[in-house]
Amino acid sequence: MPIVFTPADLMHVLPWIVVVAFAIAVPVLDVFAHAETNRAYAGYLALVGIGAAFALTLWQWGAPPTSAFGGMLRVDAFGLFFNALLLAAAGVTVLLGIGFFHEHGLHRGEFYGLLLMALSGMMLMGMASDLLAFFVALELMSIPIYVLAAFQRHLNQSVEAALKYFLMGAFSTAFLLFGIAFVYGAVGATGYDAVMQFIAAKGVTGSAFLPLGMIFILIGFAFKVAAVPFHMWTPDVYEGAPTVVTGFMATAVKAAAFAAFLRLFITVFYDMKLVGFGWFHILWVLAVATMTLGNLTALMQDNIKRMLAYSSIAHAGYLLVGFLSITRSPDNNGAASLLFYLVAYAAMNLGAFGVVILAGRRDKENLLVSKGWAGFGFRAPALGVAMTIFMLSLAGVPPTAGFMGKFYVFKSAIDQGLVLIAVIGVINSLLSVYYYLRILVFMYMKPAEEGAELAPLRSMPVQVAVVIAVVATLQLGLLPSSFLVAAQTAVRSLF
Amino acid sequence: MDLQAIPILSLLTFLPLLGALLVALMPSKEFGMIKVFAVAWSALVFVLSLPLLAAFEPGTAAMQFTEMQDWIPELGIGYRVGVDGISLLLVMLTTFLTPLVILSAFSAVEKGMKGFMFSLLFLETGMLGTLVATDIFLFYVFWELMLIPMYFLIGIWGGANRIYAAVKFFIYTMVGSLFMLVALLYLYMVHAGQFGGYTTDLLALAKTALPVQAQILMFAAFALAFAIKVPMFPFHTWLPDAHTEAPTAGSVILAGVLLKMGTYGFLRFAIPLFPVAAYYALPYIAGLAVIGIIYGALVAMVQKDVKRLVAYSSVSHLGFCMLGIAAMNVQAIEGSIYQMLNHGISTGALFLLVGVIYERRHTRLISEFGGLSAVMPAFATVFMITTLSSIGLPGLNGFVGEFLILVGSFKSMALPYAKIFTVLASTGILLGAVYMLWMFQRVMFGPVTNEKNKDLKDLNLREFVVLIPLVLLMFFMGLFPNYFLRKMDASVENLVSVYRAKVTAQLAVEWPDEAKPLTLSELLGTSDDAD
Repeated sequence: MPIVFTPADLMHVLPWIVVVAFAIAVPVLDVFAHAETNRAYAGYLALVGIGAAFALTLWQWGAPPTSAFGGMLRVDAFGLFFNALLLAAAGVTVLLGIGFFHEHGLHRGEFYGLLLMALSGMMLMGMASDLLAFFVALELMSIPIYVLAAFQRHLNQSVEAALKYFLMGAFSTAFLLFGIAFVYGAVGATGYDAVMQFIAAKGVTGSAFLPLGMIFILIGFAFKVAAVPFHMWTPDVYEGAPTVVTGFMATAVKAAAFAAFLRLFITVFYDMKLVGFGWFHILWVLAVATMTLGNLTALMQDNIKRMLAYSSIAHAGYLLVGFLSITRSPDNNGAASLLFYLVAYAAMNLGAFGVVILAGRRDKENLLVSKGWAGFGFRAPALGVAMTIFMLSLAGVPPTAGFMGKFYVFKSAIDQGLVLIAVIGVINSLLSVYYYLRILVFMYMKPAEEGAELAPLRSMPVQVAVVIAVVATLQLGLLPSSFLVAAQTAVRSLF
Repeated sequence: MDLQAIPILSLLTFLPLLGALLVALMPSKEFGMIKVFAVAWSALVFVLSLPLLAAFEPGTAAMQFTEMQDWIPELGIGYRVGVDGISLLLVMLTTFLTPLVILSAFSAVEKGMKGFMFSLLFLETGMLGTLVATDIFLFYVFWELMLIPMYFLIGIWGGANRIYAAVKFFIYTMVGSLFMLVALLYLYMVHAGQFGGYTTDLLALAKTALPVQAQILMFAAFALAFAIKVPMFPFHTWLPDAHTEAPTAGSVILAGVLLKMGTYGFLRFAIPLFPVAAYYALPYIAGLAVIGIIYGALVAMVQKDVKRLVAYSSVSHLGFCMLGIAAMNVQAIEGSIYQMLNHGISTGALFLLVGVIYERRHTRLISEFGGLSAVMPAFATVFMITTLSSIGLPGLNGFVGEFLILVGSFKSMALPYAKIFTVLASTGILLGAVYMLWMFQRVMFGPVTNEKNKDLKDLNLREFVVLIPLVLLMFFMGLFPNYFLRKMDASVENLVSVYRAKVTAQLAVEWPDEAKPLTLSELLGTSDDAD
C-alpha cells in the first residue's frame, strides 16, 4: 500500500516539524559560532523551538483524533499529552544543560541538537500507530541518547555508560524487531488497525506467531523501561552519563517508552492481556520484581546518582502496576493513572537532578551522600527545601505529586481488584522512605565534614529549572484536577 | 457573631501555615523577632479559636462549622471540614498548647530558630487539619503532613541519638498509614460500586455496606495505623526514643496532641466505618490496652531518666484512653476523650518541667538530682500539682477521666470480662502513683547531695507564664468537668448508638439494657446538677 502524503498530514505534526527544524538548525548554526562563544545561546535557541512546539501542541489539543501519513501516525489527545510532557521535560533539561555544561567546560551546540533529535523521536513514539513507525521512532530517540550518554568523553565512566547503553539498547531493539517480524509474519501487515482486524477476525490464537511476537515486543519494552530482570544496564548508565542526560533518560525516555507501549498494548494486544500466557501475568511478576529489587538495592547506595537510578527502577515498577490495571474502555483510570504518574515522576525527578547539579562543581560533582551532602540544608537553605520536597514526593508523602500519583495508580489497581499488588506496592513505598529520608538526614541532621563544605553552584538557568520543578511538584500534589482531566481525555482519545 | 458565615475552621487551620511562611521570610539571624512573632501568632490562633468553644451547639451530634468545597472532583475528593463534640476539645487543646510550647522553647533552641518555629507552626496546621477533616482523603493528607515537621523537630533539634529516633518515628508511622491508605482506597472503591460515583466524604463512606470479612481486614489496617500512633502495646517502641530525643517543645506536642490522633482516629474512623469488625476486635484492643497500662507503668518505674519515665507513663495513660474506647459506652468514651485532654495537659506540663531542669543542668538522670524542693520551691510546687494531676488525685483533672473510664468499662456490655479488665487496669493507677511519687521524692526531697544543684535558679517569669495556664486548667478541669463533658454528650451518644444499631443490624447482637449512664455528680453522690 503506497503511503500518501498530504499537506494536512504535515499540519498534524507541526510541533514535531518545528522540533526537527531546530534540531537541524542548532548544530548547523553552531558551526559558524566562534570557538570562544558561550554556547548558552544554542540552549536558548533550542528553548525557543521547544517553546514554539509546546505552544503548537497546546493549540492542537482538543482536535478530533486523526490518522496521518497513511496510518503510520495517529494524532490524538494521547499523543499530544505525551508531546506536551516530553517537550516540557526537554525544556527543563535544556535549562539544566546550559548550567551543567557551562560549569563542566563542555559546552557545545551539538548537545542541544542531539537532545532535540532524540525529542523528535520521542514525540513520534507517542503517536506511532504502525509497528514500523514505532521502530523508526524508537531508533530516532535512542541513537542520539547513546551519544549524549558519552558526552563527557574525557571521563571513562561516561564512555563506559554510553557503550553499555548502546550494546544493551541494540540487544533490546533486536528483541523488539524480532517481535515485530513475528507479528508481521502472522498478520501480513504492520499497522495497528490491520493487526486489530486480524485479531478480531481470527482471535489471538489465529496464528501462533502472534503471541510469540507479543512476548518479544514485551521483552523489548521491559528493557526500555528498565524492568527487572532487564534492568542491569540502568545503574551503570545512569551513574556514568552526564547528570543532565541521566535526568532526561530517567524521565523523558521512560515516558516515551511507556507512551508507545501503552498505545500498543491497550489497543492491539489488549486481547492478549489474560488469554493463556497473557502479558498480564508476565508483567505482574515483572512489576513486583521491579519494585522490590529497585527499592532494596537503592537502600544500599551512597552515590546519589546510583540511588536515583535504582529509585527510577522502583518507580518503573509502580508504573507497571498502573499498566496492569489498564482496560479497553474509554473511562479507564488505569491508563490515566499511568499518564499522571509519568508527569509527576518527570517533575520531581528532574527537580532532584537539578539540585544534584547545583550541589556539584567542575570536576568535583557532589555525588556521595555521606560525604558531600552533610549540612547541605543549612549551607543552601532554598536548595535544601527544594530537595526535601523532591525526596518526600519521590517517597510518596502528601501533599506532593508523588503521593497523588501513587494514590491514583493504587486506586486504579484496587478498582481492578488488584489488591495484592497494591499492598506490595505500598510495602515498597515504605522501603523507599528509608533511602529518601537518608538524604534529608544528611542534609539537615549531620554536621558537615571538614573541607567538604562545597558552596552550591549559582547558575540561573538551573535555578529556574528547579523552581519550575518545585512548582509542578506541589501543583500536581495540591491541585491536580486539570492534569487528571487531561490524562483522562488523553486516554479517551485512544478509542 | 455568626460563625457559620465565616470559614472559621479553615481560618484556624491555615493561619499557622501562613505564620510559618512569614517566619520563613524573616532574616534567620533575628532570633528575637522570630520568637516573638511565632508566639504572638500562635496566641492569635488560640484567641480566634475561643469563639468556636462559645458558639458550639452541644445539643446536636452533627458536624458544626462545616465547610465544603470541591477539590479534585474527578476523583470525588472534596475539601470538607467540621467539628463535633469529639474533635472540638482536641482542637482547643491544640490551639492552647501551641503558644505555650513556642514560648517554652525561647531559650532552649540554640541554632536554627527560624526552622524550629517554622516547623512548630507548620505542625499546628497539620494537627488542626487532621482534627477538622471530615473527608478521608483530606484527613490522610493532613495526617501525613504532621509527620514531616515532627521528623525535623526530633532530627535536627533533638538529643544525641536523635537521627535514630527521628527515622524510627517516621518509618513506624508510615508503616501504619500506608496500610491505612490501601484500606481507604478499597473502601472508596466499594462505596463507588454500591452508590455509583466516587467520594471520599466520611459521612457518605460510613453508609457503605461491607461484608464482615472485608471489614475485619480494613479495620485491621486502620487500627494498625492508629495503634502505632497511640501507641498501643506492642507498637509503642518508637515512643520512648522519640520522646527522649525530641526537644522539650517536640515532646510536649508529641504527647499533648500527636498521640491523640491515634485515639481520635479510632473514634472518628476505625470504629464508625467498620463497626462489626470493631465489635470483634474491641476485646483484644481492651486486652492490649490493659497490658499497655501495666507494662507502661512497670517500665516507667525502673527508668533512670525522668523524661523516659514520663514517656513510659504516656504508654500507660494512653492505655486508659484505649480501654475507654474499647468499652464502647458513653461514659467510658467520654472518660477517654477527657483523659486525652488530661494527658495533653498533665504530661505536657511534665515534659515542660523536665525541660526546665534539663536547661539548667543538661541532664535528666534522677540520680543527678535530689532535694530540689529546697532550692527551687516554686518549681517543686508546680511539679507536685502536675504529678498529682497525672496520678489522678480527686479535685484535679486526671481523676475525672480515669474514673469515668473505669466506671464505664466496669459496666461495659461490649466487653467480655469487662470487670476483670477494669480491675487489672485499676492497678495501673496504683502503679502510677508509685512511679510518679517515687520519682518526685528522689528528685525533690532529701538533702541536696549534688553540688551542682545548690545554685539552681527557680522558675523565671517566662516559665511561670508557660506553666500557670496549665496548672489552672488542671484545677478547672478537675472541679468543673461538666463544662467539658456536656459538650461531648450528643456526639458520643450518637457514636455509641449508631455503632450498636449497625452491629445489631449485621450480627443480631442483643444489647442488654445498660443502666442509663450516670453523670459524674450522681456517681459522686453530690447533687451538682446545675446543667
